[in-house]
Amino acid sequence: MAIAATAGHGHGHGDPHHIGLVIEHPGPAPKRVVTGFGFWIFLLSDIVMFSCFFAAYAVLLGQTADGPKGAELFDQRNVAIETVCLLLSSFTCGMASIAADVRNRLWFYLAMAATGVLGLIFLALEFREFAALVARGAGPTRSAFLTAFFTLVGCHGLHVTAGILWLLTMMAQVFAKGFRADIMRRLLCFALFWHALDIIWVAVFSVVYLLGSTP
Amino acid sequence: MLGKLTWSAIPFDQPIPLVAGGVVIVALLAVLIWVVVKGHLPYLWREWITSVDHKRIGVMYVLLASVMFLRGGSDAILMRIQQAIAYQSQGYLPPEHYNQIFSAHGTIMIFFVAMPFVIGLMNLVVPLQLGVRDVAFPTLNSVGFWLTATGALLVNLSLVIGEFARTGWLAFPPLSGLVYSPGVGVDYYAWSLQISGVGTLVAGINLVTTVLKLRTRGMNYLRMPMFCWTTLASSLLMVAAFPILTATLAMLLLDRYLGFHFFTNEAGGNVMIFMNLIWAWGHPEVYILVLPAFGIFSEVVSTFSGKPLFGYRSMVLATMAICVISFMVWLHHFFTMGAGPDVNAIFGIASMIIAIPTGVKIYNWLFTMYGGRIRFTTPMLWSVGFMVTFIIGGLTGVLVAVPPADFILHNSMFLVAHFHNVIIGGVLFGAFAGFTYWFPKAFGFRLDERWGKAAFWCTFIGFYVTFIPLYAAGMLGMTRRMQHYDVAVWRPWMIVAVIGMAILTMAVVCQVVQLVVSIRNRESLRDRTGDPWDGRSLEWATSSPPPVFNFAISPDVRGEDAYWEMKAKARQQQFAHAQPEYQDIEMPRNSPTGFVCAFFASIMGFALIWHIWWMVILGLIGAWATFVVFAWRDHDEYVIPAADVARIDRANIEERRNLVSLAGSV
Ligand code: HEM
Ligand SMILES: [Cu+2]
Repeated sequence: MAIAATAGHGHGHGDPHHIGLVIEHPGPAPKRVVTGFGFWIFLLSDIVMFSCFFAAYAVLLGQTADGPKGAELFDQRNVAIETVCLLLSSFTCGMASIAADVRNRLWFYLAMAATGVLGLIFLALEFREFAALVARGAGPTRSAFLTAFFTLVGCHGLHVTAGILWLLTMMAQVFAKGFRADIMRRLLCFALFWHALDIIWVAVFSVVYLLGSTP
Repeated sequence: MLGKLTWSAIPFDQPIPLVAGGVVIVALLAVLIWVVVKGHLPYLWREWITSVDHKRIGVMYVLLASVMFLRGGSDAILMRIQQAIAYQSQGYLPPEHYNQIFSAHGTIMIFFVAMPFVIGLMNLVVPLQLGVRDVAFPTLNSVGFWLTATGALLVNLSLVIGEFARTGWLAFPPLSGLVYSPGVGVDYYAWSLQISGVGTLVAGINLVTTVLKLRTRGMNYLRMPMFCWTTLASSLLMVAAFPILTATLAMLLLDRYLGFHFFTNEAGGNVMIFMNLIWAWGHPEVYILVLPAFGIFSEVVSTFSGKPLFGYRSMVLATMAICVISFMVWLHHFFTMGAGPDVNAIFGIASMIIAIPTGVKIYNWLFTMYGGRIRFTTPMLWSVGFMVTFIIGGLTGVLVAVPPADFILHNSMFLVAHFHNVIIGGVLFGAFAGFTYWFPKAFGFRLDERWGKAAFWCTFIGFYVTFIPLYAAGMLGMTRRMQHYDVAVWRPWMIVAVIGMAILTMAVVCQVVQLVVSIRNRESLRDRTGDPWDGRSLEWATSSPPPVFNFAISPDVRGEDAYWEMKAKARQQQFAHAQPEYQDIEMPRNSPTGFVCAFFASIMGFALIWHIWWMVILGLIGAWATFVVFAWRDHDEYVIPAADVARIDRANIEERRNLVSLAGSV
């Protein structure tokens, strides 16, 4: 970063408000920073979208229309396993990033595969939970509470599904083209995405399953 | 096989939409055939459709907005005529048709006129003002544009296949729920907004990243032109607010498609969630539109007053203050819906507070003009007209922000007059000011001043003649969205309003003539130097139109009003400085990704509207495959050799030198 002290005169005088020290902006950021930053903004917008579903869930929590309440429906054990899967997958995803940084293909594939498998287990558990709820007549059309529940949790599940598709594409890209600069940038975005899903899951876990099962 | 789609979807029994749709289709076909026969298709494909150049994309956004403006304007004419004649009679538009027209009018004007217009101008100008070669994500930029176009296409398709929503431009449930709106109208509405909403989000992310991360050397935050600041504020709002719209419409669609109960009257649904969410998006949305317009006026007023912007820092502060406060006032849109006096009071006061930074801005513009050498060009006329008009709109806004007053004025014609007052007087005037101001930058020749001024005066007078009567009618108790009425005292106001509409129509004609005349006289209007207005910011430092790479040498900024500085210095030194060192420039390659993606999105949107599930899956796979193919390509950039850069740049420097030495010798 270039810090130019322009004391009163020099080239600072074009700036009518300047007050002695001006830190000169160094120019465009490197591509990796730009891509990562843009993706962060996308993630923030995604979180805004989730927060709407959270808000709807909070408002509709009590609207069970004489149907089952959260406390009767949620299986804490299942949710605990789901949580462990996702948290572990975040760890393996971090391993994949490190492996990519040191250009180690074997560990990269292994860690990505583990991430994908853990994600799939999570999805399978979630699917089983949903199927069981629907089977016992507690589907999303039963009450406003269940509507909000299925939408919020399902939206997270859809994100995980998209994440797994993306993960496969990333593995294929690395397989075909190696750790090129543009692919490294995409890997950065993918990792951000995967970790963000984890953060959202922590909120889902607390708000939906913990708060939601207080009788 | 085709879901809900049958022959009965085509409105053979309704002549107006059928004829209108027919004319549009014939016109489109004619243009297409002309393009193909003349052999322009390869050129269009290469230079425009697949272009990822921010300038080209900006121009296409504005073109889309202009075309949709004609559609939205036609709706307005139909409605004004209806209300002028539908006194104690049915008029000429049956209710279900009238309801579709006002819904389509609002939707089109906000989402497909105002939004693409300001996004287009931001796209065109902001990278130039920041001294950079493109936006942060050029290909995504093209995707964003084409998705917006998809939304516009779907809305227009509803004219001839099926119907449009009859629910107003925000589709409040339970009216928009399946029980009361079983047709495809609301689905057209919701899916086109979902698809174009993705486009808007992408544009927002792109612009935020561009402003925050790509500025050229020395372009400190507090040296950015005002338009860049308002772009930043507006696109931050896009990123923060549009996901709310997406979520809200998703909930509405889930209710409609899968029998969910977010907003239904049964099973515990709650329509107030919709009201809160849609306005938590909706109020920021009005500032997404008007903030860039504020930026345009700042540029125009300072340029044509020949002075730096007065109170630059207070302007920055006011902009960012509006950006934040705009998220804290949403409830003023439903004071009447049972929030209680305390809540209403808080939101009423918060709403009035927004008027303070806005007032700061007005004073800043006035003081910029004060003591300046003012040139009353067309953009300047729009700006002064805006100041007068917007103050009135803002004042009526503060009025409806007083809850007791709003209980009387809510959903009356007074409200209709308020928001047209701010949106036409603010956003539209701003868009037109920006259009005339930056047109020479985009195309290399100025617009005809005489027709431009005629267009301004017709719009200005026409606006008042149309909308002041609506204030009066509102105070006489007339509610909005009436297909017919029996109250005699409203009638005269409706007749005055239709006369105003005629004047506004003349204004549009003037705009079209202006364009035609200017294109015909383009040689005499040619801008050879790239600086037709004696501008102050960096977009005027390059040629008109700029080369693909914008700047041969990335500018090094040393203060506010960067280009003004450079000119002053160049005059002082008589261009004594050495020849610059040119270097190879890497630019992003064109890509059909945006267009192909939008193609599949159109198919998917249409299929979703008509419940054609296999086609939905087809569209989904297509869109995904497009992205994979895009991700697979090996070369996303190409190189412009230094020699070419030098050749292009020297020619421009020569022109400029002539101009400056001419000016210096006077
Ligand atoms: C001082 C600034 C402003 C204040 C205090 C204000 C206040 C309000 C209030 C209280 C309403 C709701 C009235 C009702 O429904 O009864 C309203 C409606 C509206 N305002 Fe403003 N406003 C301001 C500026 C603006 C600006 C700058 C725009 C657009 C660029 C705008 C666009 C709208 C629109 C579109 C509606 C109506 C939406 C609808 O119901 O369909 N307002 N305004
Ligand atoms: Cu508002």
